[in-house]
Amino acid sequence: MDKFKNLKSIPAFLPLMNIDTDMIIPKQFLKTIKRTGLGKSLFYEMRYDENGKIIKDFILNNKPYSESKILLAGKNFGCGSSREHAPWALLDFGIKCVISSSYADIFYNNCFNNGILPINVDENIIQELSEYSKRKEEIEINLENQEILYGNKSTKFDLDPAKKKRLLEGLDDIGMSLEKTSSIDNYENRIKKNKPWIVRNDQN
Amino acid sequence: MPKTLYDKIWDEHLVHQQPDGTTLLYVDRHLVHEVTSPQAFEGLRMQKRKVRRPELTLAVPDHNVPTTDRSKGILDRESRIQVDTLRNNCKEFGVQLFDVNDVRQGIVHIIGPEQGFTQPGTVIVCGDSHTATHGAFGSLAFGIGTSEVEHVLATQTLIQKKSKNFRINVNGKLPLGVTSKDVILKIIGTIGTAGGTGYVIEFAGEVISSLSVEQRMTICNMTIEAGARAGLIAPDEKTFEYFKGRPMSPKENNWDRALTHWKTLYSDEGCKFDKEINIEGKDIEPLVTWGTSPQDIAPITGIVPDPEKENDEERRIAMYRSLEYMGLKPNMKISDIKVDMIFIGSCTNGRIEDLRAAAKLSKGRKVAKSVTAMVVPGSGLVKKQAEEEGLDKIFIEAGFQWREPGCSMCLAMNDDKLKSKERCASTSNRNFEGRQGRGGRTHLVSPGMAVAAAIQGYLADVREIN
Repeated sequence: MDKFKNLKSIPAFLPLMNIDTDMIIPKQFLKTIKRTGLGKSLFYEMRYDENGKIIKDFILNNKPYSESKILLAGKNFGCGSSREHAPWALLDFGIKCVISSSYADIFYNNCFNNGILPINVDENIIQELSEYSKRKEEIEINLENQEILYGNKSTKFDLDPAKKKRLLEGLDDIGMSLEKTSSIDNYENRIKKNKPWIVRNDQN
Repeated sequence: MPKTLYDKIWDEHLVHQQPDGTTLLYVDRHLVHEVTSPQAFEGLRMQKRKVRRPELTLAVPDHNVPTTDRSKGILDRESRIQVDTLRNNCKEFGVQLFDVNDVRQGIVHIIGPEQGFTQPGTVIVCGDSHTATHGAFGSLAFGIGTSEVEHVLATQTLIQKKSKNFRINVNGKLPLGVTSKDVILKIIGTIGTAGGTGYVIEFAGEVISSLSVEQRMTICNMTIEAGARAGLIAPDEKTFEYFKGRPMSPKENNWDRALTHWKTLYSDEGCKFDKEINIEGKDIEPLVTWGTSPQDIAPITGIVPDPEKENDEERRIAMYRSLEYMGLKPNMKISDIKVDMIFIGSCTNGRIEDLRAAAKLSKGRKVAKSVTAMVVPGSGLVKKQAEEEGLDKIFIEAGFQWREPGCSMCLAMNDDKLKSKERCASTSNRNFEGRQGRGGRTHLVSPGMAVAAAIQGYLADVREIN
């Protein structure tokens, strides 16, 4: 996974609550066996009409928003299915950071496994930042300081230290967990003794 | 210190408490399907990693298998590649697979319990948000992303942070015609689609105890629609009875030991919940959804709400958008909403008891001429059982299509989908824009209400045909 670097971008604002993962990437694109290539289908049904033609007034279809690295959205972003295709599509489009006042749990976790930073801020900050989107002015994200910088103002955001470290260092979770193999071995030896039915005895 | 059921299962699965505050949690059971696993297996291959405990993973294709005649294989090229990829991955990594033509094939959350692969007190994960279903048996079950699927395959663990405890008590008794589907819709309508975010919800109370295990599955299944990754119900005698003699259930001496353990799986007297609410069974009516979020509920006897009466601006905008998408006017009667399609099935309501309830109401009646109606059993074994009981004949006689098992029109990845502006009364779990097909309009209902709508051609009150 790539390390998360500080960002500067004009944010794209989607003023909708409950943006679900079906909206972010509809099911017909889940048939892929790859992680890449989903960017062109991001928000497909909002971006293209029934004949596949571009819908001109959708924000991500227009410059400079088609090049935004930051997405601003209403509360409960990413609700619905667990499909990691949602962060894959955002990333493939070029979105590295989402700013909302709340997220669905599974989507939130999936972001960190793909080097995307989901930022939680109050709704009044979203409103304030949306003005920057409208005026096509850049805002800046500094992960190290947990700060959004806009105009001559700044806002701090909360972030779990473990998640922050993973983004900053682009760490491989599996590699780190495999280093705990002896703990996993010990645990399995314990359950073999204490909960032998967990080991699938129907196969023995 | 008294513990909640969630605390107990969590503590029992702790492999390593990491200095950064996260926990390495053991996964007892891992379910895999064709849509969210190819990239995980590919990741293993690229890093030359193995599946640590292949026997603890069970795979099945369900999301994009056809529900019509399967003798010619899967015609859609991309779907076929995905199902073939799952087959090849299972073979390469030594994972057990119930293939398309295996009678045990079906929706991943139906086959787990059916086989006894799901068990009380276990941690169960799957790359699918409706994994919450398995919580009905007192297992901590939640959906994960594909990167986490890869992590489970490689390590049989997950890196997790503990959620908070939330208990919802459903007290008293349910009125006639009200089902567990109405109970969970009521709960989502009450706490909202983000009401459970950050929590694991335990469902308790007289109503929950009175439900069969299959009815409880419907409730836990839609916990994710209330924002919580996992729902839990303490196992009881009905649960233990359910697992007796299932192919993968514990056997002989292990059964006795498992049972002793399962009987310890409840929230202790005096334990602390971070949040707790009460819902009275008598206040629940047969419900439908009118909008594009599962929290948009209305009683069948009610009207479509008026956004003008909503004070929250963001919510009002969302309501207008929903009504426009759904082609509905504020204040119109719910029972005046005409439907084109009926879908009975899914991991929410595709089990034998759902089909029995639907068949009982369909017997001797006819689906309205203007309506296309289909029944999709949740698994091959559900289908077989239904056919042995003659339910298929009742459905076909009434004018329903009787299909092969799979996820089908719940998410419309196969050919079963709505056309733009088509309206469906559906026993599934999500009414999002485009969920059942681009421009398709979904009203979530119980199986009985789906039959009532099929017969009347309009959203209808199950109590009137009961």
